[in-house]
Amino acid sequence: MADKHPKSGMLLDIRNLRIEATVYPPGEPPKNIVLVHDVSLTLEKGKVLGLIGESGAGKSTIGLSSMGYGRGGVRITGGEVILNGRDILKGGKEGFRKLRGREVCYVAQSAAAAFNPAHRLMDQVVEAALLHGTATRAEAERRAVALFKKLSLPNPESIGERFPHQVSGGQLQRVMTAMALCSEPDLIVFDEPTTALDVTTQIDVLAAIKDAIRDTHVAALYITHDLAVVAQVSDEIMVLRHGRLVEWGGTRQIIKEPRQEYTNALVSVHQIEHEEQKPGTTPFLAVKSITAAYGRSHIKVLKNVSVDIYPGQTLAVVGESGSGKSTLARAITGLLPPEQGTVTFDGRPLANRLAERPKEDLRQLQMIYQMADVAMNPRQTVGTIIGRPLEFYFGMRGRERDKRVAELLDKIEMGKGFVDRYPAELSGGQKQRVCIARSLAAKPKLIICDEVTSALDPLVAHGILELLLGLQKEENVAYLFITHDLATVKSIADSIAVMYRGEVVRYGAKSKVLTPPFDAYTDLLLSSVPEMEIGWLEKAIKGRRMASAGN
Amino acid sequence: MSSPIVKLVAQRIALGILLLLAVSVLIFAGTQILPGDVAQAILGQSATPESLANLREQLGLNDPAIVRYFRWLGGVLTGDLGTAMSSGQDIATSIKGRLWNTLFLAFWAAIVAVPLAIILGLIAVRYRNGWVDKLISGLALASTSFPEFFIGYVLVFFFAVQHQWFPGISTVYDGMPLGERLQAIALPATALTLVVLAHMMRMTRAAILNVMQSAYVETAELKGLSAFAVIRKHAFPNAIAPIINVVMLNLAYLIVGVVVVEVIFVYPGMGQYLVDHVTKRDVPVVQAVGLIFAAVYISLNIVADIAAIVANPRLRHPK
Repeated sequence: MADKHPKSGMLLDIRNLRIEATVYPPGEPPKNIVLVHDVSLTLEKGKVLGLIGESGAGKSTIGLSSMGYGRGGVRITGGEVILNGRDILKGGKEGFRKLRGREVCYVAQSAAAAFNPAHRLMDQVVEAALLHGTATRAEAERRAVALFKKLSLPNPESIGERFPHQVSGGQLQRVMTAMALCSEPDLIVFDEPTTALDVTTQIDVLAAIKDAIRDTHVAALYITHDLAVVAQVSDEIMVLRHGRLVEWGGTRQIIKEPRQEYTNALVSVHQIEHEEQKPGTTPFLAVKSITAAYGRSHIKVLKNVSVDIYPGQTLAVVGESGSGKSTLARAITGLLPPEQGTVTFDGRPLANRLAERPKEDLRQLQMIYQMADVAMNPRQTVGTIIGRPLEFYFGMRGRERDKRVAELLDKIEMGKGFVDRYPAELSGGQKQRVCIARSLAAKPKLIICDEVTSALDPLVAHGILELLLGLQKEENVAYLFITHDLATVKSIADSIAVMYRGEVVRYGAKSKVLTPPFDAYTDLLLSSVPEMEIGWLEKAIKGRRMASAGN
Repeated sequence: MSSPIVKLVAQRIALGILLLLAVSVLIFAGTQILPGDVAQAILGQSATPESLANLREQLGLNDPAIVRYFRWLGGVLTGDLGTAMSSGQDIATSIKGRLWNTLFLAFWAAIVAVPLAIILGLIAVRYRNGWVDKLISGLALASTSFPEFFIGYVLVFFFAVQHQWFPGISTVYDGMPLGERLQAIALPATALTLVVLAHMMRMTRAAILNVMQSAYVETAELKGLSAFAVIRKHAFPNAIAPIINVVMLNLAYLIVGVVVVEVIFVYPGMGQYLVDHVTKRDVPVVQAVGLIFAAVYISLNIVADIAAIVANPRLRHPK
């Protein structure tokens, strides 16, 4: 029944793909779970199909199936994957090896991790082409240099001599794209290629990838969770959820006229109405001219930084990685004693070092981190985790403590049933909620939120932001909200500090900071945030006034 | 460009020298704490207070310990290890041949054991959790678990007594042809190989398996490389530092830990020499051998450290 004569121009035809994995839950017999439920898709030569969905939607799993690859114990148990007119699932291991790196290439999310630290870039870029005998070494290197040029990498002639650690993240991501293109494949699987990058770097890499796809006529599966990004590069978009197809259509139709409710929710994420509060008369926490460095380094990570935080309000600190956002948090909490400057709390100076601060000061400043799962002891139950600050700061014991833990669980919209669960049994969003409850348990005046929604899917992040705003109203707690995501900032901030290379370049009330005229960096930052608009990328690149620090 | 490496390597070497000096102090102090002294040992039962005092004066034993330590250290640095009390022979001369014998045995054991262990480790990773892996691990563990004297005697029983392929007693002499010499040490070298094999094999396996989780290994698999090429080209170079470390520890063991095997095969190496003179309470010899063993141990560990530094591309090619 398989179509022996595929339509001319058809490259990839996946039919009723079913992918399963065996999981080993602790204390239970192993069981099979289905990751992808009978998904079908087709891709013509030279076209780009965007696969979009939240984590666990099966995007990467489907993408990798086009190379016959399953991560961990993942197995393709049903369906057909027809590539260039043949079912690759029938080819066995040898067949897979022949097509990987030759017909289909892969660009991973984190190029920094996906390049071998022990080999020079050029050796890795040409490896697949040499392995499959599609080019001689000299030819492959010439091709690679041409690709480096096309992807606007600096020093295209000599960058191949470098080792991965000598090249920045944004550049590595482009080298990885060059590596995929070097064997002149028919199809490239891009697996979240810009997710790990700063917005200002992402836009360059995105433009480079788009140009390269256009000029080489390669087809691509572009996997991402960011609809605005995929709208820039795809001809068609497929929305997936829990391993099932939700909607598949042209890019314009998906972002402008979504037919499914779930697609609609994805398109309209991020819109939280938050009325800006006017700053009060006196800030309770004032950071004055702080300068800080790591070790005895001469490189100052913070240069003369001053910000104020008012009771019950949110100060958002934005900037790209390396701009000193998290270091500011470390200086305020005393984890990194500043070299100069002071932090004043309720009118009195805070000790510089964490060890010199009394318990009461520690209680008033709490932190929530980006990686909720590593911020909790995996061997403690949710009850123990949330109960710990109650014991430590307030000496609560027994029934009194349990009652308060239940109240806190209620506040974060999780039921009593979670008290005896371990972190591993929670979803990403639930873990972050438990961390919020733990920080609230100390009844602090200020919670420092360090990229708390960055690791979460958009819909889950949305829920967390709403929760934080609600808790702010109830508890009158202030937030120092560190993020690189400007959409988040717009939703929750009262005032904003924009940081660039250790300095605050723009600071003030949200409405003021986000109103033109902008300084060059704030302009770059704002114009780099992808918008769900076809053709946004070209417009944004044209209108830029400065290059990002990541390049 | 290579300045951080030069600095790190210089640091390691300086630390090693410092450590060796500290060890020499310990060795000297240790022999001072023992009851009795050289004069008593030499004169034995026939000692009278007068003869003891005379001999002590003669040997300079009345000088403060610190003076004697520096006299001894100065001698060691100029190649004079002192005189053996039991035989009156110069220690440096008698050690030279024996040290050479020990190094010869260790060298051949290492030539077989190190590549074999690493190749077995690579194969174990390639077929991880399968029967090949389990067989390799099982055999290697078994060979290590048997005490070396047991392995030694089993080898002697089969290959020297029953089949007479190799001599059961490893006699070597100056000017012996290489072929005969190799035949003589075949059995002790095999025993040593079996003893150190498992440790290095399992470390190789563990270090590579650790690296196999990395994203770049997936990248290599998705280029279509064969399983063995992925391990050899992409995993192994990143696992080299811990492997070198354990290899060096085992090389050190081959040199300083061969006492039992040398005694079994009556091989004229350092171990035999040490055992002989411990039983005779010949303190200068024990001091000298102890110092040489410490030097070997420390230098091999420095080599391991340096190799690990040089193997790190981040240090070799700074930004």
